[in-house]
Amino acid sequence: MASITASHGDPHAVDHHHEETNWFLKYCWSTDHKIIGLQYMFTGMAMALMGAFFIYVVRMQIAFPGHPVPGFGIVSPAAYNAAATLHGSIMIFWVAMPLIIAAFGNYIIPLMVGADDMVFPKLNRLSYQLFLLSALILIASFFVPGGGFGGAWTSYPPLSASGAFNLTPMGSTMWLLAVAIEFVAFLVGGINFIVTAMNARARGMSFTDVPIVVWMIVLSSILFMMSVGPLVAGAVMLLMDQNFGTHFFDPKHGGDPVLWQHLFWFFGHPEVYVVLLPPMGIVAEIIPVFSRKKLFGYRTIIYTAIATGVLSFFVWAHHQFVAGIDPRMANVFSATTVLISIPLAEMCFAYIATLYGSSIRFAVPMLWALAFVGEFLIGGSTGIFLGASGADIHLHDTYFVIAHFHYTFFPIAIIGTFAGLTYWFPKMFGRHLNEFWGKVHFWGTIIPFNFIFIPMFINGLAGDPRRYYSYEHFPQLATPGLQALRMTSTIATVVMLGFQVVFLVNFVVSLTRGRKAEANPYQANTLEWAAASPPPHGNFPVLPTVYRAPYEYNHPDREVDYWPQNEEPKEAIAVVSQAASEEATR
Amino acid sequence: MKVQATSRTAAGLPTGKLAVWWVIASEVPIFGGLLASYLMNRVANPGWSEGLEHLNLWIGAFNTLVLISSSLVVMLAHAAAARGDGQKAAARLRLTAAGGALFLCIKAYEWSVKIRAGHVPSAGGLWQYYFSATGLHAAHILVGITILLIVAAGAAKGKELQRVELIGLYWHFVDVVWVALFHLFYIVR
Repeated sequence: MASITASHGDPHAVDHHHEETNWFLKYCWSTDHKIIGLQYMFTGMAMALMGAFFIYVVRMQIAFPGHPVPGFGIVSPAAYNAAATLHGSIMIFWVAMPLIIAAFGNYIIPLMVGADDMVFPKLNRLSYQLFLLSALILIASFFVPGGGFGGAWTSYPPLSASGAFNLTPMGSTMWLLAVAIEFVAFLVGGINFIVTAMNARARGMSFTDVPIVVWMIVLSSILFMMSVGPLVAGAVMLLMDQNFGTHFFDPKHGGDPVLWQHLFWFFGHPEVYVVLLPPMGIVAEIIPVFSRKKLFGYRTIIYTAIATGVLSFFVWAHHQFVAGIDPRMANVFSATTVLISIPLAEMCFAYIATLYGSSIRFAVPMLWALAFVGEFLIGGSTGIFLGASGADIHLHDTYFVIAHFHYTFFPIAIIGTFAGLTYWFPKMFGRHLNEFWGKVHFWGTIIPFNFIFIPMFINGLAGDPRRYYSYEHFPQLATPGLQALRMTSTIATVVMLGFQVVFLVNFVVSLTRGRKAEANPYQANTLEWAAASPPPHGNFPVLPTVYRAPYEYNHPDREVDYWPQNEEPKEAIAVVSQAASEEATR
Repeated sequence: MKVQATSRTAAGLPTGKLAVWWVIASEVPIFGGLLASYLMNRVANPGWSEGLEHLNLWIGAFNTLVLISSSLVVMLAHAAAARGDGQKAAARLRLTAAGGALFLCIKAYEWSVKIRAGHVPSAGGLWQYYFSATGLHAAHILVGITILLIVAAGAAKGKELQRVELIGLYWHFVDVVWVALFHLFYIVR
């Protein structure tokens, strides 16, 4: 294969044959970016199962209030609050963030920019260890007196500020501590991503030769870094309110509870785009490969991502339209909220334009990528109703909101992860996933997903408030029609969770029995496919040189329909081998 | 195993320096969020900041002088490191650390005076912001002193001289934050 044999040069110049012999050192104490990526991935997947279990408890209680839940028992109101809180917190902070940013960011950024590792491998290891610590603190909080935190994932004071209100004094402090440590882990990791992508790019790789997904992960790391600071400060303030007698957010002593909402959502809304941009990038990698066509509007996609990032700092108060903010301010935030849908819509149009007139291969990663665009557009367009402050006053804190943000977060965290995981699985493990069971899992996830959340739109419009333990005592909400829709959602949830077993079995079986994958099974262009599958520690035999942009598919001058970034032009071979040996000795 | 990625400079800046700039960029919003909350409280509630007159302007000014002087010394350390004089750079870094330590001593004295006067963090209002902002800043000074001493130990042996400039960048940042705090708590009353 041209892409591999292209890398000549002195084979002794790069010594990456140092192998860790000890199992612990290799898989738990490694500084190899690929191992760290997989650590994030498996931790994230384990946490996803936990988050799924909590929502199973919540949904069963809503559909069959008062009945014992199989595998859990009778759900008390406190347990219900804790389960709902922990589902939200886990899915955002311990599933979406590690899977979509850290796992893929660690695994693919050095490979895609043609480097042998992250620029700070030890910091990278530290980042994962901090993340693991935060997850362990959160898990430990389930078992302390009072149980896990039950004040909702947004942790609004005064409910969250005092154990007397939330009834989980230890759980709430541990929750805050876990979140704060998790932020530090991602700040450390994010700096590593940004500096690696900026500084460790292969010889010849300009900013416009960098694959979209790397751009997206870097932009999301910058967004995270710029938005999380106020919440770090806020988390410390809330910790002090809980434990050291300060009154930052306590209105009884001159504090301001709405201040927390500002600090939380100043982070919380950019956070949506922090986790959205990387899957947008993953989709941008998959669509050209499986439609064999150059990505439409490379620069446009980057510009729209930057515009999204900038605008995302000016939309946060649309979460607070009913918190008593000035109506004039609400108007401004309505306008910015509607504005931010423009760059995102443009990005989706660029993907659809790539598909236009191409020859689409409906492989499993492509199905996930297309589902991402379709389902996310439903989430995006229902967001316009909530961004308009007038409509939001009616819809705020109803199931309409829940349905809306699950139509954004489910594509982000679940569909995006499955797209990336099925796409890079051959690279990560050197084997293919089973295609048939992959499709069964795809349809078994996507169809129930819509059956879960479309009923919630209807219920939300009918006035179902979110976070209620039981609707039995509210006559106008306890009608058989609404309850039937709630049961539909719950049954669809159970069905969807059941289909995840298909994926887990497929995953485990394919690890050892799957069809062997070659280095570049999809005939793709980006640099990760120039490394072996799976790549050894150090990634490339000789670090690659880049000659062209990443999406040159079906180029008219070529006999084959792809053109790897590192395949040297015919006239330049002599120059290249010299350049490669210079790079190796540097 | 030596990682080649670390020594690449595709963006035109040494990797360490680029990383320190991003660390500083991530710190700005942390202080920014805290100070913005403080300012929002001040602007929204007239009379809220009346307790500020209890702060001693002269102690604050002297502390500012200490910190700015230590920033000058760290620049001189960078100049020495740029000439390859690790011994001199190490001595100047240690002097910088001593400046930081003096700053902390004065700060601790100031805090003890305030606490004895009953201006404790749990009094709420202004004082919780004063203590959390200056406390967060003091924590940064403490971290800075630790790193200064580590870098100085290396520089004395002539190792990793590029780190002298990097800790200098961080020290200047901590200095700038203090200048902002000095204005917001001591001068603008």
